Parts: sequence; structure tokens; C-alpha cells
Amino acid sequence: MQAAFAALSSIVSWFASMIDPICGPIGIFRLFAQDTLLSCGDTGWGDEIAQGFMITVSLAICTLPIGLLLGFFIAVAKQSEEKSLRLAVNIYTTLFRGLPELLTLFIVYYGLQILAQQAMAAIGFEGPVEINAFVAGMIALSFVFSAYCSEVLLSAFKAIPQGQYEAGDALGLHRGKTMRLIILPQLVRIALPGLGNLWMALLKDTALVSIIGLSDILRQTGIAARVTKNAFEFFSIACLLFLILAMLSSLVFSALERWTKRSEAAR
Amino acid sequence: MSHAETMLPALPPPPEAQKRYTLSRLLGRALLGVWLAASVGIFLFAVDSWSPEKFAKYGPSFLSGLRVTLTLVAISVVLGGVLSLPIAYGRMTKNKVLSWIAYGYVYFFRGTPLIAQLFLVYYGLGSFRPYLEAIGLWSLFKDAWFCALFTFTLNTAAYQAEILRGAIESVPRGQHEGAAALGLPKRVAFFKIILPQAMIVALRPYGNEIILMIKGSAVVAIVTVFDLMGETRRAFSRTYDFQMYLWAAVLYLIMVEILRNLWAWIETRLTRHLKR
Repeated sequence: MQAAFAALSSIVSWFASMIDPICGPIGIFRLFAQDTLLSCGDTGWGDEIAQGFMITVSLAICTLPIGLLLGFFIAVAKQSEEKSLRLAVNIYTTLFRGLPELLTLFIVYYGLQILAQQAMAAIGFEGPVEINAFVAGMIALSFVFSAYCSEVLLSAFKAIPQGQYEAGDALGLHRGKTMRLIILPQLVRIALPGLGNLWMALLKDTALVSIIGLSDILRQTGIAARVTKNAFEFFSIACLLFLILAMLSSLVFSALERWTKRSEAAR
Repeated sequence: MSHAETMLPALPPPPEAQKRYTLSRLLGRALLGVWLAASVGIFLFAVDSWSPEKFAKYGPSFLSGLRVTLTLVAISVVLGGVLSLPIAYGRMTKNKVLSWIAYGYVYFFRGTPLIAQLFLVYYGLGSFRPYLEAIGLWSLFKDAWFCALFTFTLNTAAYQAEILRGAIESVPRGQHEGAAALGLPKRVAFFKIILPQAMIVALRPYGNEIILMIKGSAVVAIVTVFDLMGETRRAFSRTYDFQMYLWAAVLYLIMVEILRNLWAWIETRLTRHLKR
């Protein structure tokens, strides 16, 4: 099992290194920044920054499904007739929309550490317990993302007329099937612009995990800046990489939007 | 012929329908229970590690941190609002060059994280020290607080410019045409007809932007400005008391909630003529 896992991870990392857009065989730094500070390998910072880029992207991509799913269920709970359920999820969204993302991150990171330490102490293990910064970042960002996502989805839910549910009933569809076949496709169409904005915000928020020690774009460029004393260049590169991510995502989202609207009548 | 001789005695009310114990009810109770347990746990934790001397020592610094946060946000939002006017103009003008510059500015500041911009200014501008010294701005840019203010102003100007542009463009064409039909000059039409309607549309996004700035301003703690977050981090690093973060959380929540409710009140007040 362990061996299989190791083999799988090495295959994945080989694949990732082949398609790496920054330091891969056809990466931009490899092609254009051969003998500069940004070259890939031991002499330059290109590969470190490429690693940071990968970590930022993977953190955002890992957070997205969790946040979306959580946000969806919260949005459904917000429409419940049950008062206590609504109250509970409203507390959740007020909390995570009101707290600064950085503070949420710290609270999750240190709070989890304390909780884990106490739990370990309870079962008789003494010693320092360290929480993975990636996991802590993922949890904190999913909390924030899901809180905002639930608001976007809630307003999208409200934009779907009651008649759609009634039509589902009239067709004899089960509740879950109505949701899956009738409501969700329309929901995605309505909520997509809002979700796109949230994704951009998520991408930008991932920069905060550099503070709790995850080696993302900002941390790697920060280290490079401190070592080489070329702070402006390296932080510009960090900004540029984030801009490229934003551009790529806006391309993806406009394609998605076209795709979700493919069945709409042309106007 | 028959008719009722006696009145029927009043029946007792029917028994109250038993509410079914649905799944959502169970879930709601359970989640509320989780929140209750969490708050009780945090309360007990706070009581357990409560110490008056810590409160006396760090309480005032929290308040000064709060003051720093509020001044930083207030000044940068106002300055950003001023700076956003030419940018919004640039975004809407027909001049290609101006509009591209404004678009690039807005794209840069909205597409990159605030913290990266802050690092770019605080650490990055250090590379230009000789030039900055030559024009006498170095004493400003070596100060972390000023760098934070500078970055926040530029950042919020980009967002506010977009808010302003969106609001102005949301005013229907007919309003422009109506003003033109009345023979009003363009300037008068803009200030008396378009802008008042646009500002009502922009009110809510402006409130959100201020809230975002308050939340975003926490990152200045990283560049050694002792705002609320900075004071919290300092207190935590000295005491290793997790409570500090919880107090900061409470303060931030209070700030944001006050602002949110204030804004809701302002909005209902200003839009009362639109209510039917």
C-alpha cells in the first residue's frame, strides 16, 4: 500500500514537472530567464517560485470543492422552515464574513494546534504537535469561502421561481431529483458570476497562508527577496503570477459561462 | 319540523397538532448545540486563563491597536475615494490611452492580493532608496504605517473606481435623454440627475468596501504596524495565550457588525422615497 502510494505520488510529481508552466521543459523561466536570478536550478530562484506557484494553485483548487459543497448545504439550510437551523447557519456566516481572513487563519491554525495538543495529552502523548499549514489554510479558507458562497447561492436560489419546484412535483420527480435535474442547472447559471468573484477572492486569500509558514508564491518570493536584496523585482514577480492566475481564471470562467448558457435562446 | 332545543356545549379546543420531529429540526438543534458548546467552551477557557494583570497590561494596547486600524481605514478610504474619481473617469472616457491606463490600474490592484501589494511597497520600494532620498520621500516610505496607508489608498481607489463606474453606468439611458430633452447642460444633468441616482446604487458596495478594508487591514500586522491584529500578535507572542486572538475576533466582529447595521440604517433612510 505504502509502495503503491509512493509510486503514484512520484508519477504525479513527474507529470506535474513535465507540464510545469514555469520551470518545466517548456516553462517560461526555463526558456526566457536562463542565466538570471530566475533560472531554474541551483543558481536561480525559478524552481522555488515554481513550487510556490504550484502550492498556491493546489491550495485554491483543494479549497474550492469543500467550500462549494459546504456553501451549498448552508444555502439550503438558510431556506429551511426550521428556525433553529436558520439561526445556526446564520451565526456561521456572520462569524466568518465578519472576521478578517488572516485572523480566521490564525485562530484555526493555533486553535487546532491547541486542540490537537490537548487531545494528544488526553491519550497520553506528550510533546509538540504540529498542524500542517496546508491543512490549516485549507480549513480556514473553506470556512470563509463557504460563508460567502452560501450568500451567493442563496440569492441564486431566490431567483429561481417557485413554479420550477412545482413543475418538478407535477412531473412526479423526487425532491432530490428535482434539485439535480431542474434547480441545479439553473442555479449554476445564475450563480456563476458571483462564484467567479469568490474564486478570485479565494486566489488572493491564499497569499495569506504564507504567514503561517506555507511556502506559497509570496513566501518563496519573499525568501528570494531577502537573500538577493532584489525585493522589488521578486515581489513584482509575485504580483505578476497572481495576475496571470486571475487572467487564466477569468478565461476559464467566461468559457464556463458560455457553456452553462449553451441551451439558452440566442438574443 | 324540528329545531334545536338546547345549545351544544362548547367543546374543548382540539389538541395541539404534534410537530413532527423532522431531520432539519434535529439538525438545527444539533448545530445550535454545537455553537452553544463552542461558546461555553470558549467562555470557560477565557475564565480559566483569565488574569487581571494581563488585561491591565494588554487591554490598553488593544484599544490603541483598534484606533490605528480605524484611522488607517478611515484615511485610506477617504483618500482612495478622491483618487477613484479620475480613475473612474478614465474607465468611462472614450480616450483609448486613458481608458487603458485606468483599466490596467484597476486590473492590477484587483487582481493581486493586498498583502503582495503591501510587500511590494514596503520591501520593494526600499530598492529605490537613493531616488526616494533624492526627492525627499524616503522618510515617508521607510515608515511602515505610511506604506500601509499608501498601499491601501491605491488599492481601495481601484475598487471604489469600479463601484463608481458601475453605479453611474447603472443609471438608465432614458435619464440622460430626459435631461437632454429638458435642455439641461451635460454638467448639470450629471450632478443633479445622474449622480444622485448612481450614489444610491453605490451605497451598498461602498459599505462593503469599507468592511473589506477593515478586514483587509489586518495584514499590516505583518509589516510591523501595530494595528489591532499587530497588537494581538504581539500580545500572543509574549503570553502564548490563545485568548488574545479570541478578543481580537470579538473586536473585529463588533466593528463589522456596527458598520453593517449602520449602513443598513442609512440605506433604508436614504431610499425611503423609493418605497411603495
